[in-house]
Amino acid sequence: MLSTAEIHEIEEAIKVVPVKKAACIEALKVVQAHRRWISDESLKDVAEYMKMTAEELDSVATFYNMLFRKPVGRHIILVCDSVSCWVMGYDKLRDQLIQKLGIKYGQTTPDDRFTLLPNCCLGTCDTAPAMMIDDDLYKNVRIDQLDDILKKYS
Amino acid sequence: MGRKLLLKDIDVPGIRSFEVYRKQGGYASVEKALKTMTPDAVMEEVKKSGLRGRGGAGFPTGMKWSFLDRKSDKPRYLICNADESEPGTFKDRYLMEYIPHALIEGMIVSSYALGAKASYIYMRGEFRWIFPILEKAIEEARAAGFIGKNILGTDYSLEVYVHSGAGAYICGEETAQIESLEGKRGNPRNKPPFPAVVGLYNCPTVVNNVESIAAVPPIINIGGDEYAKIGVGKSTGTKLISASGHINKPGVYEIELGLPVEEFLYSDEYCGGIWKGRKLKAVIPGGSSVPILPGDLFLKNAKGEPRVMSYESLADGGFASGSMLGSGGFIVMDETACIVRNLWTFARFYHHESCGQCSPCREGTGWMEKVLHRIETGHGKMSDIDLLVDVAKKIEGNTICPLGDAAAWPVASAIRHFREEFEYHIKYPEKVKD
Ligand SMILES: NC(=O)C1=CN([C@@H]2O[C@H](COP(=O)(O)OP(=O)(O)OC[C@H]3O[C@@H](n4cnc5c(N)ncnc54)[C@H](O)[C@@H]3O)[C@@H](O)[C@H]2O)C=CC1
Ligand SMILES: Cc1cc2nc3c(=O)[nH]c(=O)nc-3n(C[C@H](O)[C@H](O)[C@H](O)COP(=O)(O)O)c2cc1C
Ligand code: SF4
Ligand code: FES
Repeated sequence: MLSTAEIHEIEEAIKVVPVKKAACIEALKVVQAHRRWISDESLKDVAEYMKMTAEELDSVATFYNMLFRKPVGRHIILVCDSVSCWVMGYDKLRDQLIQKLGIKYGQTTPDDRFTLLPNCCLGTCDTAPAMMIDDDLYKNVRIDQLDDILKKYS
Repeated sequence: MGRKLLLKDIDVPGIRSFEVYRKQGGYASVEKALKTMTPDAVMEEVKKSGLRGRGGAGFPTGMKWSFLDRKSDKPRYLICNADESEPGTFKDRYLMEYIPHALIEGMIVSSYALGAKASYIYMRGEFRWIFPILEKAIEEARAAGFIGKNILGTDYSLEVYVHSGAGAYICGEETAQIESLEGKRGNPRNKPPFPAVVGLYNCPTVVNNVESIAAVPPIINIGGDEYAKIGVGKSTGTKLISASGHINKPGVYEIELGLPVEEFLYSDEYCGGIWKGRKLKAVIPGGSSVPILPGDLFLKNAKGEPRVMSYESLADGGFASGSMLGSGGFIVMDETACIVRNLWTFARFYHHESCGQCSPCREGTGWMEKVLHRIETGHGKMSDIDLLVDVAKKIEGNTICPLGDAAAWPVASAIRHFREEFEYHIKYPEKVKD
């Protein structure tokens, strides 16, 4: 069941497009913002609301990296693994994160705190290596800063 | 010091706000265009300027605008391509983040020239912190009467929307971007028809890069002829270069096209030379999808003539000994960089981002990733090198969109210029093993 708040936000997105279906990605984002990820159940609800089949909507949902069809943690860590970050020492950053969190790429810590994902160029290659946690961008990340950075997210 | 048009006020405190931007002369082009020029006259100035698309393909912007189907009675759209995800490219992000009104001003003038009543900025989803910056800029412009109904009391009305993507590199390709705006998977369409004829919701649409659109106000302010005087030959005007990698001063630089590459790389005004006093090994001058060049071939073309930063000069020598200006993602590698490993990171990236519609791209990028990984980790065979060349050849030119080419070119060029490094990896696996 979509909540009243969700329906309200989805309606806002529908208002600015000429055909309802065009807002389906926005609708999925709304649900994800409220529930962290998009379960089969949520997907069906959104599909019904948007007058689409669940299969049709799922084929859209699975296309985009930032729509999560599997459970994720409270915070998402995106580590840039593109060229300039590689050139500037990405592998050490990745290894440290993997070691500190005790998880691999694509996994979530057992306490549900972090999900760790690789991401293509974050658009800040002049301050490589870079990573993002939720909406925060971290530039020139040094290994010795990691503990302080991670501490900010509970 | 080169002439600055886009970033001239970047250091003015508070330039992100409407008030300061306006005090510096911002939005003058909107007043000039809407009050004293017809839409066609605006387009004429852009044509005269010789401005070429800054998204990478370098297609003349004025010409593209003139292809917009004006006979159809359907609405016309302008889409600003702010999906910037090309590894090594960050100039659009920089412009939107620090001087957002330059883009909004450009959106208004360009939309006016095209007769668009609604325009979209399609921004990649990862740029979350820029979303509020652009929204605020739009609201400020609206409050001052530059967006909305009857702009500046004229009969021209415009709405500008910011749309954020959901994480897919391919949505930077213009037809994929249109599909995505329509709420679909970002699968590129076959071209032609070009968006100028059949675009968003099947309506005539122009897709332009952030920097192309931001270049329109200065063109209107100084005039197309004056703009065309900057630069060299068919590479007119100024260009933003995103410089990163092993240099002393990474960052975004506005250069006059025609600047000698040596000056760009070594002078303190720009990149400041190779870091740690090391030697230059290779340069990827235009973002991850253009061919890589060894240092000497980057500084001078195969005939020994010094190169300059222009579409023509960087492409001199074709794929045998040249590269491309592309989106201006300038990535520098010093003598310690491992070409095989960097290539593997590219291949992995393209394989992951392939939309999967064309089998040469889908399968080929997968093969290249696998083989390169094998070589990089010391499990390669000599025949792998030719296998890579072969796979790259099979992709080139056989796909719907150029993502396939973009994956193939770096591989082909890296093997052409650095074959011995691949052979070394294969001959001495114990030295390269992780
Ligand atoms: N900035 C970035 O992040 C990235 C940029 N690129 C660049 O993208 C380039 C490829 O882009 P494409 O759009 O596939 O190139 P393209 O050459 O097909 O098109 C360039 C532009 O000109 C227009 N155009 C071309 N011929 C036309 C005609 N006859 N009528 C009307 N319009 C016409 C197209 O619609 C498009 O807007 C590559 O060269 C690469 O450098 C690639 C990846 C990422
Ligand atoms: C795989 C792929 C990704 C692209 N990504 C971008 C991008 O992020 N930004 C951009 O402006 N153009 C990108 N382009 C080029 C666009 O298709 C198009 O040529 C451009 O937006 C036109 O604008 P311009 O003429 O102002 O350069 C991409 C092309 C391909 C093939
Ligand atoms: S070339 Fe690759 S990304 Fe482009 S349409 Fe074909 S499969 Fe998709
Ligand atoms: S390559 Fe990492 S931010 Fe661009």
